[in-house]
Amino acid sequence: MSAETVIDVRGLTKKFGDRTVVDNFDLQVPRGAIYGFLGPNGSGKTTTIRMVCGLLKPESGEGEVLGLDVRTESLKIKERVGYMTQKFSLYEDLSIRENLEFIARLYGLDRRDERVDAALADLGLAERQTQLAGKLSGGWKQRLALAACMIHEPELLLLDEPTAGVDPKARRDFWDAIRRYSAQGVTTLVSTHYMDEAVQCDAIAYIAYGKKLLDAPTAEIPKMIGLHGWRIAGRPLMKAQEMLEASPGVDLVARFGAEIHACGKDATPLEHAVRAVKAAQPHVEIEPIEAGFEEIFIYLMSGALDNFK
Amino acid sequence: MTARAHFPGLSALLDLSWSRVFAVFLKELVQMRRDRPTFAIMIMMPIIQLVLFGYAINTDPRHMPAVVEMREDGPLTRAFLSSLTQSSYIDIVAVTQRAEDGEQMIRSGRANFLISIPEGFERRLVRGERPEILIAADASDPVAAGGALSAIERIAQSAFAPDLNGPLSYLAQAPPPYEIVVHRRYNPAGVSSFNIVPALLGVILTMTMVMITSIALTRETERGTMENLLATPVRPLEVMIGKTTPYVVVGAIQVAIVLLLSALLFHIPFTGSFIAFLVAVTLFILANLMLGYLISTAARTQMQAMQMTFFIFLPSILLSGFMFPFKAMPFWAQVIGECLPITHFLRIVREIVLKDAGFGDILGDLWPLTAIMLVLATLALLRFRRTLD
Ligand SMILES: Nc1ncnc2c1ncn2[C@@H]1O[C@H](COP(=O)(O)OP(=O)(O)OP(=O)(O)O)[C@@H](O)[C@H]1O
Ligand SMILES: [Mg+2]
Repeated sequence: MSAETVIDVRGLTKKFGDRTVVDNFDLQVPRGAIYGFLGPNGSGKTTTIRMVCGLLKPESGEGEVLGLDVRTESLKIKERVGYMTQKFSLYEDLSIRENLEFIARLYGLDRRDERVDAALADLGLAERQTQLAGKLSGGWKQRLALAACMIHEPELLLLDEPTAGVDPKARRDFWDAIRRYSAQGVTTLVSTHYMDEAVQCDAIAYIAYGKKLLDAPTAEIPKMIGLHGWRIAGRPLMKAQEMLEASPGVDLVARFGAEIHACGKDATPLEHAVRAVKAAQPHVEIEPIEAGFEEIFIYLMSGALDNFK
Repeated sequence: MTARAHFPGLSALLDLSWSRVFAVFLKELVQMRRDRPTFAIMIMMPIIQLVLFGYAINTDPRHMPAVVEMREDGPLTRAFLSSLTQSSYIDIVAVTQRAEDGEQMIRSGRANFLISIPEGFERRLVRGERPEILIAADASDPVAAGGALSAIERIAQSAFAPDLNGPLSYLAQAPPPYEIVVHRRYNPAGVSSFNIVPALLGVILTMTMVMITSIALTRETERGTMENLLATPVRPLEVMIGKTTPYVVVGAIQVAIVLLLSALLFHIPFTGSFIAFLVAVTLFILANLMLGYLISTAARTQMQAMQMTFFIFLPSILLSGFMFPFKAMPFWAQVIGECLPITHFLRIVREIVLKDAGFGDILGDLWPLTAIMLVLATLALLRFRRTLD
């Protein structure tokens, strides 16, 4: 294994009862990369991340994380990994500071007070440090959890929807921080449902029904999917939307406020459909566009990738 | 990077960092302090239980119904009867001359005592033949019986005393010129209140220690904090030590409360070795904590943990010798009893508190207590789930 591959797992399979939740999952993440982990609800993202950090035992499969065996050396892995859970899992009956101190003690950190102070200042929670964590708002809880999983300066960050419910400014700060860490050689695997975050990743793994369907550098994905798009703007749009949804050449109709994005795998039938709409509803403007990530992933999640493979 | 170095080669289970133990301990302590209602219950429980049970069982029982069987009517026996009537300890419900009547009344429960003075009592007393006063006590409520019995003895003494002067003064010296023969019925062991109050300590500790640790891990699982805890490098043994140690302190407070109350309210003598008692009670607390902790490795919800706690609690009361004399139980029940920490603790505490015992006398119960604790701790460690599934 190359020392530069931080996550290298092969054939991970997890069953709950007789349901296969993660099926034969491979992932290779190089050092310093920001890897996006996408997939519809219940597709197995959380389960996969838990297997990578040793919180779930895979039924089969093998791999190394930070050069350590995921099946036998999970304790050593845990010392060097920061895992942020999807659901808030710090102690609601401890104060903000006590939570951070508890984590810092468990990792046996030196200069504990200094680190906790720095984390609190970074968060902007220094004045509220004695407040109980349970009394924080949802977004603040999320930000506290993030600070907690980074306090021991891990080499690998496993973040399960870290910015769910976080305001745009804080999300921007968060991604700036991730990019800074990445420059220092910290590797990140991050699951998200936000497309503006997905495009910030170096590469994306897409999982559905426990199977990895796509794994590629972010920049190459639009070309790989080859989705063509048209913008249809103007009011009213209801009728146009209904027509597009009924057209066989249109694989995806997505409404964005006052406009519709219609996308399709084949350019010609798509264009025909869109022009037919323009003919019937002369008040709408039509214009060819490049399909964005939003459209691509809605398209993928509508199940289209099964055919694509 | 700041990964902590630890000793290679040690078995993963026993690998231990005291700073992580301390982290868990501190966190648990803060949580315990914040959980005011639970903390209050742990402190109030011994007080309430002791006062409730101690008094319910121990109140100096008065007005116990008694039937007197008098076979003869003379000045001495009449004096005795009138003293009995005046005593607040017993209420004479009937005076009879026929043995069957008295028997019938005590069997039906209308009287708790049968005091019978045989024929020729006065004559034999004067002759110095030490005649018997026979007392049959319904000792199924042993404490009640005990209190009244000693009262009757005192009454007999004072009743005869004024009459034993002049020509009879030679009879006034000890030993008394008559003999009181007591037949305890239905509970020959005659467990006394001195027996029950120290035993309550065992019951209180079992109840609180097992209950509180039975949710130690379950609560983390239910609240979802287990996922974060397991994602850190904390080891099972560290979690176990860190999570149970705060409750050793709680146990110690409870012991202090019980000792104080039993001295102040119930005047229980404490005659044996205090050091031996401390060692035994510490071992007992630890064994109970391990028992609770083992439950919490198995229970998925706090509800399940409570149910399992009661599953332990019932035999602890019924089969430990607390409720019924241990030796009188069937063999299988004794076997179960021997496996319960409280059985050994009850024997130890009775030995020490009432019978003046030291280390040597309680070794036979100290080592089983230690063994039980170690077995429970090992099982809990083996059962600890290091993963979420
Ligand atoms: N402990 C469990 N026992 C049984 N089934 C489980 C368990 N955990 C997860 N599952 C099932 O496994 C599937 C994958 O769940 P997982 O949480 O990994 O999805 P996810 O991709 O993280 O979804 P989301 O985007 O909603 O977070 C789901 O269908 C879920 O019901
Ligand atoms: Mg998830």
